Amino acid sequence: MQRPGLIGERAIGLFLVAFLALNPPILSIFSTEGFFFGVPLLYFYLFGVWGGIILLIGVHSLAAKARHQSPTGRDRGQGG
Amino acid sequence: MLNAWSILLVALAYLCLLFAIAYYGDKRADAGRSLIANPYIYALSIAVYCTSWTFYGSVGRAASSGIDFLPIYLGPTLTFVVWWFVLRKIIRISKAYRITSIADFISSRYGKSTRLSVLVTVIAVVGIMPYISLQLKAVSTSFNVLLQYPEVVMPPVSSPGPFVTDTAFLVAMAMAAFAILFGTRHIDASEHHEGMVAAIAFESVVKLAAFLAVGLFVTFGLYDGFGSLFAAGREVPEVARLFTLEGGARYGQWMTLTLLSMAAIVCLPRQFQVIVVENVNEAHLEKAVWLFPLYLLIINIFVLPIAVGGLLAFPAGEVDADTYMLTLPMAAKQQSLALFAFIGGLSAATGMVIVAAIALSTMICNDLVMPALLRLTWLRLTERGDLTGLLLFIRRGAIILILLLGYAYFRLAGEADALVTIGLMSFAAAAQFAPAIVGGIFWKGGTRSGALTGLTLGFLVWAYTLLLPSFARSGWLPVDFIYAGFLGIELLRPQALFGLEGFDNLSHALFWSMLANIGGYLALSLRGHQSAIERIQATLFVDVFRHSGAEGVSRLWRGSATVADLRGLIVRFVGRERAERSLTDYARLRGLNLAKLREADAGLVSFTERLLAGAIGAASARVMVASVAKGEVVGIDEVMEILEETSQVIEYSHRLEEKQHELERTTAELRAANERLKELDRLKDDFISTVSHELRTPLTSIRSFSEILFDNADLDIHDRRRFLAIIVKESERLTRLINQILDLAKMEAGRMDWQMEDVDAKGIIEEALAVAGGLFTEQAVKLELNLDPNIPHIYADRDRLIQVIVNLLSNAVKFCDRDNGLVVVSAAARNDGLYVSVADNGPGIPPEKRKLIFEKFQQANETLTDRPGGTGLGLAISRQIVEFFGGRIWVESVPGHGAKFAFTIPNSRVAATPVAELGRV
Repeated sequence: MQRPGLIGERAIGLFLVAFLALNPPILSIFSTEGFFFGVPLLYFYLFGVWGGIILLIGVHSLAAKARHQSPTGRDRGQGG
Repeated sequence: MLNAWSILLVALAYLCLLFAIAYYGDKRADAGRSLIANPYIYALSIAVYCTSWTFYGSVGRAASSGIDFLPIYLGPTLTFVVWWFVLRKIIRISKAYRITSIADFISSRYGKSTRLSVLVTVIAVVGIMPYISLQLKAVSTSFNVLLQYPEVVMPPVSSPGPFVTDTAFLVAMAMAAFAILFGTRHIDASEHHEGMVAAIAFESVVKLAAFLAVGLFVTFGLYDGFGSLFAAGREVPEVARLFTLEGGARYGQWMTLTLLSMAAIVCLPRQFQVIVVENVNEAHLEKAVWLFPLYLLIINIFVLPIAVGGLLAFPAGEVDADTYMLTLPMAAKQQSLALFAFIGGLSAATGMVIVAAIALSTMICNDLVMPALLRLTWLRLTERGDLTGLLLFIRRGAIILILLLGYAYFRLAGEADALVTIGLMSFAAAAQFAPAIVGGIFWKGGTRSGALTGLTLGFLVWAYTLLLPSFARSGWLPVDFIYAGFLGIELLRPQALFGLEGFDNLSHALFWSMLANIGGYLALSLRGHQSAIERIQATLFVDVFRHSGAEGVSRLWRGSATVADLRGLIVRFVGRERAERSLTDYARLRGLNLAKLREADAGLVSFTERLLAGAIGAASARVMVASVAKGEVVGIDEVMEILEETSQVIEYSHRLEEKQHELERTTAELRAANERLKELDRLKDDFISTVSHELRTPLTSIRSFSEILFDNADLDIHDRRRFLAIIVKESERLTRLINQILDLAKMEAGRMDWQMEDVDAKGIIEEALAVAGGLFTEQAVKLELNLDPNIPHIYADRDRLIQVIVNLLSNAVKFCDRDNGLVVVSAAARNDGLYVSVADNGPGIPPEKRKLIFEKFQQANETLTDRPGGTGLGLAISRQIVEFFGGRIWVESVPGHGAKFAFTIPNSRVAATPVAELGRV
C-alpha cells in the first residue's frame, strides 16, 4: 500500500535532482572540450539528462493517474 | 521561382488552411464533438511556447553564445516536474471559479480587486509588447531575406518606408484579423476557443516539421551526420568555443534564464491561456506534462547543429545568425525547403501572436475597460440593454491596439536587439507575476496591498532596467541615460543600479526587480491587513482541494435580489439565448421553478456572479452583481464558519465512506454465517435421517419377532424364549440409543445438568473399571492397568467422567483382537492435569477416519458385518463431556496395531493448592 502524499513528495524530489543536474556547478563538470560519440560532451549530457527527466515525469504521471483512478486513491488536500 | 507573389500566395494559402482548421474546430465544438478534447492536442497547444524566438532566435543565440539557448527550454521542464503542486492546483482553482485570464486569477485571489486586475493588465500589455514586435520582426525579416533569393544577403535595415507598405505592418494587420475572427466570435461564459486551439496545435506540428526538416538537411545533407558536423566545427576556434560554457558570469546567466523560463511557462498571458483557460479536462494534464517537454527536447536537438552549419557556411559574418534557418537552405539552392522553413517560422509567429492577442484582449476588456466603464455612472451602463455587442467591440479594438503597440515597438526599438534579447525582456516582465501567483496559491497570508505593491515596484524596476535602456539603444532616448544614469546620477545607471556590476543586463534586472517585487509583497502582506473578502478568497484558493465547487461560497451572500434583475444582467452580458440556457440548466439542477420564483436565493446570486465572471472577469462581475443585489457579504466569522462547515461535510462524507466499508465487511460476515447455518441445517437433516435409521433397525427387529410370536401360537417354548430375549435386548438397545441422543442434544444445547465438583480421578477410574469389568470377563479380554500413584484431583462431573471411561473401555473391548484381546489402561499426572489412555490391539483406525470417528454415528469400520452393537454416539458424547471439562480427546493409531484413545482433563483449581496436597496425604 502506497503511503498517501507520496506523489507530491516524489515530484519535489525529482525537481530537486533535476534542478541540480541542469544547473551549475554540476553542469560545469561536463563543460569540457571532450567529445562523446562525436558530439560535444556538454551537449550530450544536457540532452541525456533532459530525456531522463522527461521519462521520470512520465512514470510519475502514470503513478498519479493510477492513484487518481483507484477508488480509494483520493487526493484530498494533496496539492497544498 | 521565389518571388514576392509566390511567397505571399503560399503564406496566404497556409493562413487559409489555418482558418479552415479553426472553423472546423469551432463547428465540432458547437456540435458537441470536441476536436481538442484529448491530451495530445492539449500538449501541442502548449507548444505555442515555441515562437519565432525558438525558430529563428535560438539558432542566432547558439551561434553567438553556444549552448545557453537551452535553459529557456529546461526551465519549463522543471516547472512541469512539479505540475502536481502548481499546474494542477492553478487549473483546479480556475475551473472552480471560472477564471478567464491571468489578471482575473490574481485579482480574484486578492479579493476580486479591480485595481490589481488593472495593474496586471497594464504590466502584461506593456511587457508583451516587445515579444509581439519580435514576431513581427521575425516574419518581416524572413520574408525580406527570402525575397533576395537566389542571393544570400541581408535586406537593408534602415528606412523601412511608409508603414502602409511595410511588411511588418501588413503582417500585424493580418494577424489581428485572424485573432478577431477566432477569438471574438461570441462571448462565451466558459471562454474556450476550441477552433483557435485546434489551429494552434496544427501550427505546432508545422513548425516542428519545418525545423526538423532544416535540421536534418543541414546535419545529414550538408554533412554526414552529427559526428562530421561537430568535427568540422571543432577545427574552427570561433565555433569550438560554443561547445562549452565558460566563466562565472555565464553560469549566473544560465541560472537566470532557467528561473525566468520556469516562471514564464505559467506567467506569460498566452501560456496561462492555453494551459489553464483552454484546458477542457484536468486529466489531460497527466499526459501533457511529459509530452510538452518532449516536444521542446525534439525541437531543440538541431539548434546547435544548424548554428554550427551556419557559422561554417558564412564565416565572414555577412549573414545574420538569426536567419540561418532560411539562408542555409537558400545557399544550398533548396527553394522548397527554404519556403517550408519560412512557413514554419510564420506558423511559430502567428501562433504566438494570435493566442497572446486573444489573452490580452480578454484582459483589457474584462479587467481594464469594463471596470472603468462601469464606474462611469453617467454612462448608465448598469442600466442599459444588451452589452454583448459592446464587449465584442472592446475586445476587437483591443486586439488591433495590441498589434499596433507591438508594431510601434518594432519601429521604435526592435532593430537594435537580437530576437532572443527582445523576448527575454518580455519574460522578465511576465516573471513579475510569479510571486503573487505562487504566494497566492500556497500562502493564505498574502494580501491585496502586498500584491499591489510588489507588482508595482517590480514592474517599475523592470521598466527602468530593461525597457528604457532598449529605447535608449535605439536612439529614442538619449544614450547617455544608459552610461551616465538618470539625470546624470551614477548610482542610478539602469544597467548597474546602485553600483551593482559584473552581471549581465538580464540577471541584473531580474535581481533588482524580484528584490523589489518579493520584498514589497512580503513586507505589506506581513503587516496583515486583510479584508473579509480577501480572507475568503485566500482560503478558497489555497484550500481549493478541500473546498472545490462553490457550494460554500454560494452562501456567503446574504443580500436580496430579484430573479428578473439577475436574468436581465446575464442577458446583457452573454446574450439572451445563452442566458436562458444557463438559467434553465441551473434551475433543473436545483429543482427550482424560476418562472414562479421572485426573490433570488444566495445560490442564484452566486451563480450569476460566476457566470458573469466567465464573460467579464471576477472584478467586474462583482461590481455588476452588487448593482442589482442589495445587501452585503456576510461577516468574516460567519464566512469562516461556513468554510469550516464545508470541511465538516467533507469529513462527514469521508466517515460515511468508512461506514460503508464497515457495512460491506459485516455483510460478508453475515454471508459467511449464513453459509455456516445452511451447513448446520444440512447436518441436522443428516442427523435426523441417521437417527431414524438407527432407531428403525432395533424397531424392525422387535416388530418382526413380535409378529412371529403373534402369528405362530404353536412355537415351542425354547424358540419363544429366544425370540423374547432378542426383543428385550433390542428394546434395551433402543432405550440406550434414545438416552444417548437425549444426552447429546442436551449437551449441545447447553442444558445438561452438570454436577461439577472436585473429584478423585483415581477413584473414578477404578469405579469405571469395575462397571466395565463384566465386559472383560464376558469377552475374555485381558486388562492391563498402568496407574500413576500421583493422579491429581480434577474438577468434573463424576458420573459423566465414568461414562467417558466406560465408553472407551467398551469400545476397546468391542474392537480388540478376537482371540488374544488385550486392553491397556494408563493414567498419569501430566503437567497440565490428568492424562488417561485406553489402548487396544484391534485392527486400528485408518488415518482419514481419525477425525470423523468423534462425529455422530460414525464408526471406524462401517463394513464390519456384525456391528458390535454400538450406537455410534459414544465417542461423540465423550468428546462433548471432555471438552466441557476443558480437556481434549484424541486417538492415536497405527493400522493393524490397535488404537489408543486418550484424553486429558486439566487440574482442578483446588488440587493445585497445597491444601489439596494435604488432603490427599
